[in-house]
Amino acid sequence: MNDRAPLALSVEDLTVAYHSKPAIWDIDLGVPEGVLMAIVGPNGAGKSTLIKAVLNLIPRAAGTVSFYGSPYEQARSLVGYVPQRGSVDWDFPTSVLDVVTMGLYGKLGWLRRPRRKERDLALFALEQVGLLDLVDRQISQLSGGQQQRTFLARALVQDAQIYFMDEPFAAVDAITERAIVKILHQLKERGKTVLVVHHDLQTVEDYFDWVTLLNVEVVASGPAAEVFTPENLQKTYGGRVSYLHDGQVLAAGD
Amino acid sequence: MKVKPMSAEDKRVWLTIAGIVVLGICFLPIGQWLFGIRYTYTVRVVALGGSILGVISGALGCFAVLRRESLMGDALSHAALPGVAVAFLLAGRDLGVLLIGAGIASWIALRFISALLGTTRLKQDAAMGIVLASWFAGGIALLAYIQSIPDASQAGLDRFIFGQAAAIIESDLLLISGAGVVVLLALALFWKEFKLVTFDQEFAGANGFQVGLINTLLSTLIVIAIVLGLQLAGVILMVGILIAPGIAARQWTRKLNHMVILAAVFGAFAGGVGAVISAIDADIPTGPMIIVVAFTLVLASIALAPGRGLLWSSWRRRLDSRRFARQNALRDLYRYALSHGSPATPVPDTFVRGIGDRSAALGLRQLLSAGLVETMGDNWRLTDAGIEAARRDAHSLRLWDLYRLYADDMDLPLLGEDRHLDIRDVLPADAIGQLEAMTEQRPN
Ligand SMILES: Nc1ncnc2c1ncn2[C@@H]1O[C@H](COP(=O)(O)OP(=O)(O)OP(=O)(O)O)[C@@H](O)[C@H]1O
Ligand SMILES: [Mg+2]
Repeated sequence: MNDRAPLALSVEDLTVAYHSKPAIWDIDLGVPEGVLMAIVGPNGAGKSTLIKAVLNLIPRAAGTVSFYGSPYEQARSLVGYVPQRGSVDWDFPTSVLDVVTMGLYGKLGWLRRPRRKERDLALFALEQVGLLDLVDRQISQLSGGQQQRTFLARALVQDAQIYFMDEPFAAVDAITERAIVKILHQLKERGKTVLVVHHDLQTVEDYFDWVTLLNVEVVASGPAAEVFTPENLQKTYGGRVSYLHDGQVLAAGD
Repeated sequence: MKVKPMSAEDKRVWLTIAGIVVLGICFLPIGQWLFGIRYTYTVRVVALGGSILGVISGALGCFAVLRRESLMGDALSHAALPGVAVAFLLAGRDLGVLLIGAGIASWIALRFISALLGTTRLKQDAAMGIVLASWFAGGIALLAYIQSIPDASQAGLDRFIFGQAAAIIESDLLLISGAGVVVLLALALFWKEFKLVTFDQEFAGANGFQVGLINTLLSTLIVIAIVLGLQLAGVILMVGILIAPGIAARQWTRKLNHMVILAAVFGAFAGGVGAVISAIDADIPTGPMIIVVAFTLVLASIALAPGRGLLWSSWRRRLDSRRFARQNALRDLYRYALSHGSPATPVPDTFVRGIGDRSAALGLRQLLSAGLVETMGDNWRLTDAGIEAARRDAHSLRLWDLYRLYADDMDLPLLGEDRHLDIRDVLPADAIGQLEAMTEQRPN
């Protein structure tokens, strides 16, 4: 990565407060195009809040956000989103294929209906995530990992430039995890930028080349090799984290 | 899009719809015979009005059910009462005017609830409860006041409390159907948006949909459905006719469009039948009658519906346990026989029953009647057909094992592993070919 690469996402002075307590505070962030970035931080650090604020889903107290230099309103079609799995009612009467097709509703715009072409695109995305045999399955009959793959497929059909994924690795098995990582790398190869909320510190360096450490404020953000250090992790998690990369053990408070 | 043949479930949904329609039609002569209903012109108007209102509330009610806003529906219908009274005081007893008044009051309540939720830390149920009670109290007070005005004592506004289908007259039909067409048309036009926002607001927002606007539109349609239905069910029981058809329909289908259509049909049935029964005598309030019919539909659906219904699932569980018992018994016999010589080795009864007692007996009985095993004194022996079946099964399991090991490397289609199915029925032939080649490379 060099400084000349265009910034896929640039965030300045972003602050969000719930009931006047800031959940994220004065966030400055520049994410170059084509990186796989992990957003790492303890529970309640404001990771989900950051994503929602960037996507204009919750009101901001302050700050500006731009995608490839344009504000969100003009860059909507560039943005793909995988929400936290628990954010929807999985008993909703609909099928896997239908949920994935929803990823295309935004492009269709008001009043137009999905047709054969949309169906084919959705099927293609389902093939990529390995759910082709479950297309007609009612979504309440999916396992957690299959739900996650469904959401991923729905984001893939969006064919965005920059993806935001909130904990796609939460509670999935090794196989699904591998499948998701494979897809992340395919996205990167196609020049997409992907921001992923990630909790497993052991795998951060294997999966991602860029890291943002967040705890209400940004502790550090940059190439994984430079930023993902014991000192920074300790600044993010406090003395609570003692198990670090390279199997290195950091004595708490060291 | 409809190139595929209809699935079993789709067929069931359409059959159910047809069934309800037939039931509705059969009700006409039965009602005549049982309750002595005479299908005068008035009763026909009432029946038609009742079914149209049922269609509207049933269809829109689905969204109230799916959004878990049943209580919201209740609050909004109660909130309509003061609107009716104020409209009467200002503009007289014309139905259109009364309904507009009802709609405005209800809509203000809706906005008030969202304002409460947006600006305070009140929980949703508390906000709705407080609005329901206060608006309704205001309505009752205004009605009492209207009763006390000498020349207005015949206003008949109490029909909005419990519903009074007999009050529907021909000119109302036009109003009802006009409004109904508008509402259903809006539902069809914004179908995709309503579905998306009901399922996943955040994703809708991230895709640039104006979630607030869509929510308001949907809620407004629900308010219109409620307000139209008031003459039928009244403010107190309106929530029943709003949500009962949706709840019943949900049992029968897993598709939103089917659910809405089915709920509309259920609603029409409940509205029509309930209205006709109550038209026998002006003293029978329509609301409770309709609720009785609608509740019967809910009960019947919960008991009978395939997929979710109680009867269906217990029947399904029985079938499953039979099938698994058979499969397991076959496997056990085959394994035992193989490990004691050849597949045709007799297997002692004590062994088979020892492992799975009741289920083993169930399995053996099925194998016996299918001619896959035979008895030899106290022993069981696989017949040739049985050996063949067991071999196929064992081979399928072996292929499943290989599939688990190598599916990734060989780039086979990804499947959920349903090991009780024959893998050859699940995977395409060329994939099976690749796996078969594997078995030859790695005998054992
Ligand atoms: N709707 C809300 N109302 C009030 N407070 C909220 C709301 N959503 C989040 N918060 C608070 O904001 C803070 C940040 O929450 P957020 O969900 O962004 O954390 P997170 O980093 O995603 O945590 P996790 O790892 O547990 O998902 C938390 O302290 C949380 O309690
Ligand atoms: Mg979160």
